[in-house]
Amino acid sequence: MKKKYKCEIDCANCAAKVEDAIRKIDGVTDVRVNFMTQKFTLEADDDRFDEILKEAVKTGKKIEPDFSVEM
Amino acid sequence: MSEKLKKNLCRILIALGIFVVILILEKTGKFPEVFENKLGACAVYLIPYLIAGYDVVKKAVLGVIHGQMLDESFLMTLASVGAFVTGEAEEAAAVMLFYQVGEFFQSYAVGKSRQSITDLMNIAPEYANVVRDDGSIETIDPDDVEIGDILVIKPGEKIPVDSVVVSGSSMINTAALTGESVPRSAGEGDPVISGCINGEGLLRVRAEKCYDDSTVARILELVENASEKKSRTEAFITRFAHWYTPLVVGAALALAVIPSLITGEWMTWIYRACTFLVISCPCALVISVPLAFFGGIGAASKHGVLVKGSNYLELMAQIGTVVTDKTGTLTEGSFKVSSLVPAEGVTEEELLLAAAAAEGLSTHPIAQSIREACTAAIPDREALPCAESVQNVSGRGIIASMEGSTIIVGNEQLLTDNGISFSKAENAAATICYAAKDGKYLGAILIRDLVKKDTAAAVKAMKEAGVGRFVMLTGDRKAVADAVAKETGIDEVHAELLPEDKVSEVEALLNNKEKNGILAFIGDGINDAPVLMRADVGIAMGSLGSDAAIEAADVVIMDDKLGRLPVLIRIARKTMGISKQNIIFALAIKVLVLILGALGIADMWAAVFSDVGVAVLCILNSMRLLRE
Repeated sequence: MKKKYKCEIDCANCAAKVEDAIRKIDGVTDVRVNFMTQKFTLEADDDRFDEILKEAVKTGKKIEPDFSVEM
Repeated sequence: MSEKLKKNLCRILIALGIFVVILILEKTGKFPEVFENKLGACAVYLIPYLIAGYDVVKKAVLGVIHGQMLDESFLMTLASVGAFVTGEAEEAAAVMLFYQVGEFFQSYAVGKSRQSITDLMNIAPEYANVVRDDGSIETIDPDDVEIGDILVIKPGEKIPVDSVVVSGSSMINTAALTGESVPRSAGEGDPVISGCINGEGLLRVRAEKCYDDSTVARILELVENASEKKSRTEAFITRFAHWYTPLVVGAALALAVIPSLITGEWMTWIYRACTFLVISCPCALVISVPLAFFGGIGAASKHGVLVKGSNYLELMAQIGTVVTDKTGTLTEGSFKVSSLVPAEGVTEEELLLAAAAAEGLSTHPIAQSIREACTAAIPDREALPCAESVQNVSGRGIIASMEGSTIIVGNEQLLTDNGISFSKAENAAATICYAAKDGKYLGAILIRDLVKKDTAAAVKAMKEAGVGRFVMLTGDRKAVADAVAKETGIDEVHAELLPEDKVSEVEALLNNKEKNGILAFIGDGINDAPVLMRADVGIAMGSLGSDAAIEAADVVIMDDKLGRLPVLIRIARKTMGISKQNIIFALAIKVLVLILGALGIADMWAAVFSDVGVAVLCILNSMRLLRE
């Protein structure tokens, strides 16, 4: 399942870092944090999607305190 | 300006105020007991330092904890701590303060340009008015519209999903999607495309697609994803940034240790190493190059051209060969009566009317074009006359009978067969229909697929923009193709090709890359999909609402205008120019300050400028694209 959310991220470099970290989460197929459009796209296993989404946001926040996702 | 930015600005201004006050106190020699003591000075300057930069320090600490050492917060913190340690408290506070000022400008500029791009693409409908079974109207999210729902679109509202008009008529403004300023008319039975703005009339429409499959959603997705397809320049910057920071940090470390061991002047060299750290962040590059491409894509979409990735913009800038399809790309793609040659003593009207009547029962494109020409030429007639019975002579024409007389419309052969003498019309590019009534020759009707008005100008403009080779590929007859080529100024023609021949022709051109450069193919997108995919850049035209074209092409021209292409080439060139300027400018300044810093000529102030100042200048440079 692939879903797109609005997000807040402060710089291009931060976006890349958050992306890298989230990609390492188990069950994540693909992830995009787009600084220009401020969009967060997550593609992950269908049955655990909500759980993975929560973990992804948490991981992102840990690395970049300014990262937040509008759900 | 967002809440967050405003708060940051406040904080920076307060810190700046305090900093200036402290600086004046120090320079005027008040409170010498505080400033002459190193620790005292540190303590005082720590106040503005922390007000301005506590979040940077916090991020730096978090970064270390999570193993993300070399980010800019960490480097800034390290540099400023270094300055404190070497007794340059004033510079430490200044570095943090100006770093934050730079960051502020950076976010402001990026936010601004993001805003202007989203405004350009401000086509997403916010709501839909659905008519319920009981006749009431409910306002819902466009996402919730179901296929078959009846929607009401009031004047000035956006069309939420692709639909068909059920009742009402209006002029539809498609400018946001096509860049075309002349509105289109829409009446009962006409399809209307989501994202367009309704004019003066009230429309009732039936939803044909759900929101996600509608044109507007697909376009928005394309543009948003475009910035994810990286150009070579962007990839270079990412790779460069990957090496640059560790390299400069390494150099800083060496600079702090090696000369110090030799000379013993630890404080001097640590200070110089700290200036290195300030310069070590590649922010200016990392941000300004993608921003330039993003701006270029935004500027293109303002002109009704969708570019599906930064990489295609980069290729468009170096375009050397343009290969085009004929029908529908260079020409209108529909038959039109181009001229009438009536026989002596016959008026044009009589000729057209007789032919149109005879063709009245036919659905052949040529028949249709004759009837259309007749309606246009004689508008006050209520209805065209129509033949009572028609005999089709295969491959030659028709023999119709109407009101007791016989009308023959067809080619030379048909008239010769029926023993009618006629004068031959000469035009290689046209299809010629001869007409006769009751054995009397009426004249000839020349029918052509007309060349679009702006084609010749667009070809000329592209040639001026550096397109060296122009090739037309068509399945049509050689004579027709040559005539179109002559009219449009295209120098190379390959005619009578089958669809698979087009692919092999393009492949032959692609194989000779040194000579031909980057190759773009322009087609109408419907039957040219294989060629569109094969070319370096596939450009689809006139494909508003055509899914196949949007899928297959790399660049989509939303309306039918070939003239958008020279504009696109110009935007692409400008984008490349700006990103190159940014790279060279940022690198030159950084290298210069690195050298001067190592020699002790450039101090931390210069380093801060070379970091944030350059970033801001590069961003401003990128934003020039938005005015295109």
